[in-house]
Amino acid sequence: MSNKIDHSMSLATPDALNITTKQKIALAAGLVGLFILLLAVFNVDFPNRAVFLAISLGLVISGTVVYSREAYLTKLEGIKNDGAWFKSISSRGVLGWALGVFLTTFYIVLYFFPKYLGLGVDGAANTGLVALFDPLSNLLSGNNASQWFVYGTLYTVAILAFGYKFMLKYRHNRYQQLRTASVMFFQTAFAFVIPELMARLNSDDFSLPYNDLKNMWPLNYYAFDQWRVDQFINAQTVGLFFLILGVVMIFVISPFLTYKYGKRWYCSWVCGCGGLAETAGDAFRHLSDKGTKAWKFERWMINSVLVFSVVTTVAVISTYLGYDSEKYWFTKSVFLISIGVFLTVLLAGILYYKREELNKSAFKGAIGFYILTIAFLVFFSFFDLSQIKINASYFSFGLNQNTYNFDSALRSFYGFGIGSIFSGVIGTGFYPILGNRTWCRMGCPMATIMGIQQRLFSRFRITTNGGQCISCGNCSNSCEMGIDVRAYAQKGENIVRSSCVGCGVCSAVCPRGVLKLENDSMDGRINPTEVLLGNDVDLMDLLNKN
Amino acid sequence: MEHVVIIGNGISGVTVARHIRKNSNKKITIVSAETDYFFSRTALMYIYMGHMKFEHTQPYENSFWKKNNIELKKGFVKSIDTASKTLQFAEGDSLQYDKLVIATGSKPNKFGWPGQDLEGAQGLYSKQDLDSIERNAPDNKTCKRAVIVGGGLIGIELAEMLNSRSIPVTFLVRENSFWNGVLPEGESAMINRHIKNHHIDLRLGFNLKEIKSDENGKVKSIVITETEEEIDCNVVGLTAGVSPNIDFLKSSTIEINRGVLVNRHLETNIPDVYAIGDCAEQRDSGIGERRPIEAVWYTGRMMGETLAQTICGNRIEYKPGHWFNSAKFLDIEYQTYGWVYAKPRENEAHFHWKHEDDTKCITVCYDTTNNTFLGINTFGIRMRHEIFDRWLTEKRDVDYVMKNLPEANFDPEFYKHFEKDILAAYNNKLQTA
Repeated sequence: MSNKIDHSMSLATPDALNITTKQKIALAAGLVGLFILLLAVFNVDFPNRAVFLAISLGLVISGTVVYSREAYLTKLEGIKNDGAWFKSISSRGVLGWALGVFLTTFYIVLYFFPKYLGLGVDGAANTGLVALFDPLSNLLSGNNASQWFVYGTLYTVAILAFGYKFMLKYRHNRYQQLRTASVMFFQTAFAFVIPELMARLNSDDFSLPYNDLKNMWPLNYYAFDQWRVDQFINAQTVGLFFLILGVVMIFVISPFLTYKYGKRWYCSWVCGCGGLAETAGDAFRHLSDKGTKAWKFERWMINSVLVFSVVTTVAVISTYLGYDSEKYWFTKSVFLISIGVFLTVLLAGILYYKREELNKSAFKGAIGFYILTIAFLVFFSFFDLSQIKINASYFSFGLNQNTYNFDSALRSFYGFGIGSIFSGVIGTGFYPILGNRTWCRMGCPMATIMGIQQRLFSRFRITTNGGQCISCGNCSNSCEMGIDVRAYAQKGENIVRSSCVGCGVCSAVCPRGVLKLENDSMDGRINPTEVLLGNDVDLMDLLNKN
Repeated sequence: MEHVVIIGNGISGVTVARHIRKNSNKKITIVSAETDYFFSRTALMYIYMGHMKFEHTQPYENSFWKKNNIELKKGFVKSIDTASKTLQFAEGDSLQYDKLVIATGSKPNKFGWPGQDLEGAQGLYSKQDLDSIERNAPDNKTCKRAVIVGGGLIGIELAEMLNSRSIPVTFLVRENSFWNGVLPEGESAMINRHIKNHHIDLRLGFNLKEIKSDENGKVKSIVITETEEEIDCNVVGLTAGVSPNIDFLKSSTIEINRGVLVNRHLETNIPDVYAIGDCAEQRDSGIGERRPIEAVWYTGRMMGETLAQTICGNRIEYKPGHWFNSAKFLDIEYQTYGWVYAKPRENEAHFHWKHEDDTKCITVCYDTTNNTFLGINTFGIRMRHEIFDRWLTEKRDVDYVMKNLPEANFDPEFYKHFEKDILAAYNNKLQTA
């Protein structure tokens, strides 16, 4: 129940908190910028595309910049959440729903009907929106734009413009500023400029796949697809370097950094999905569901996606490995057995060394998911997956009538269901409804792996400051991952949760200085207490000794 | 099965209920006339400011109470018959108890100002107060100005709330500097300036004479005692402190003074009747340097933690540890550990350091006879409760504390640290002194 009712029924002034004239002009400029893009979608042929693209993106960026400066620099430094639950756009009001529908539609067109954005089919020239981006694409990679280039550019623009806004909002908080500068840098350089420039290296006898260095498997679910691996191997030293780097990232670099700093090193400092969520999605962070039902759903969902992604990747790799160990030692059987052994040793190690930290449901879940994965491995080793045919129409309501081999069926279904629908359409399109981290919380298999490690083998935690918590709930409210932070803080217990991405906003909004993100020793990291610091020391001894 | 009835569903009542449940299978009923479920009243301001909705201030999900077999009863206790162990409700029904816990909290002070009960004149304590301010000050067209009377923690929160909706605020403070009965001069002066920076019309050294009514019985204006100035306003915030909410006990045999009188075991004069939280008053004197009545969130919680032991058969004394507290003045966070009085007492001295940006400062209090560290106030720099609690127990001397201050820092990572500046200023002061 809100005390502030009917705040957004008026279309003329939907919000109680009015914006200034300067902000209205800035908003109008940004909307004109977007309108140019919209005109391009409807095939308005601009005379000089480079100029109009520059005007459009320039207006969007400068509009956001001017708006944000007016919003934050005119006030003293501090927490700026006034009216978050009143504003139509950030409280699931009319504007919020409208934005949600718009974004969702955009993602559906982008993934499934790129021709409506003007993508030239079968060698035809681009038209519409995609053509508008041709000049920029040519400038960077020397090729015409694709729908992915359009998307990548808009994505980067969003992170930069709203990243600037976020940095102003938290201009008193250096953790927030550095973190935001970091995601802005990694998006612009690693996800956008470097891969585009690297495309210039490609020639008839040398080609590298589009490679965002920081985008690891399993978030990058196509990392080990045959075409990609072949391309890397054929690209000699450079390609092999990238391929090996990819594997080293998963098995060495990521576990090391997650041990030292928690998964935040990736999720809220480097990752592109996280980058968009933390910048453009910041206004929606409080919309995530904090209930225990949502938490339960999250645990089932995200672990299932991980199993799905492991199984799919194993299936895909196993089909392009040979059977004959004479030709090359790394055969399908060697691969499947080594995966099986790896998973078994990993699970056995966790169950033995961390048995005291696993509760019953975690224990059961781990065993269940392990058995499921191993069952698939056994199945793969006894059947030639390329001989099992699947008719996609059973799974797509008849939309897709192709027949696939089993491995490519899994691969396509993963790409469609997880890669497109979950991470894109729901993950981002539903920002204004479900909050800005739905994908990261419920779906990302990379987050699952780092999360398990963060819970069990990491120095990271959010420390609670003795008995200072007043249970106000600002921390839980602002947690984009839906963690009920207060439930721990009011018990004086450190927060050690696999889903925490370490954005640090709970700590920032706490009015009593209770929360601090820290890397410290593993001992005493998890500290459930009955009685908080500040009470009778004898009583604390009596009740906290267990 | 023994029936424990708790009057009041605030932090004290809820804590004692939770801990009794952990230790026993007694029947537990929590009575409240305010809300259906426990909420954090410290967060009321954030609802008005749009940071949260009311349901977000509820620390436990609604299913929690049933799951833990704690019964909730909505009702207003009119009187208590301790002989027959019966509660009479204003609604007409009654309830039997075996053990009774009074945890009814506080109510805003009203000092008999003319017009203090008009529509639009209110404190900020209960859910009903929040509803009232939402009714009378939804925006700056309905409420063209608000006047706040009383310069304490709730007054400044109310000012921040109204400010968030662009409602002009006049803030009448009786003292000649904000909260200077508690804060040392340098800190109080810094907060004065911070309040004014937020465009709040802070009037120091002024008292309320009367509140005038319009023809509908609503607040129209106030008059200042000292100047006879009349200020037009639509809302008057009465935030001159709180006192125990125990009027319903006046006809009972339970002994009361300002609050419900309890001994160190939180027992009243009547067997099986206890009182905890804001409404309890220590019978003989406050514990240590604490006051007999402490209207603080965490003391309510600690009394609840303690009393649950007694009710479950392990009778123990209420022995709070070192004093600590915290608050936030608009954008400036405040924490305190140990005792720092507004003015150093006999054999005490203060060391004060303030950053040039005028939003951060600390005051350290120590004993001049043996240099023992007695307490610290910190503004704009977060510090660790655990460290200061330990240093106070170990009776560290002030030099040790100043040298090891970095260990106590609790600011977020990458924040600028000021311990070197503080230590330099401290050493400098010793040399010149």
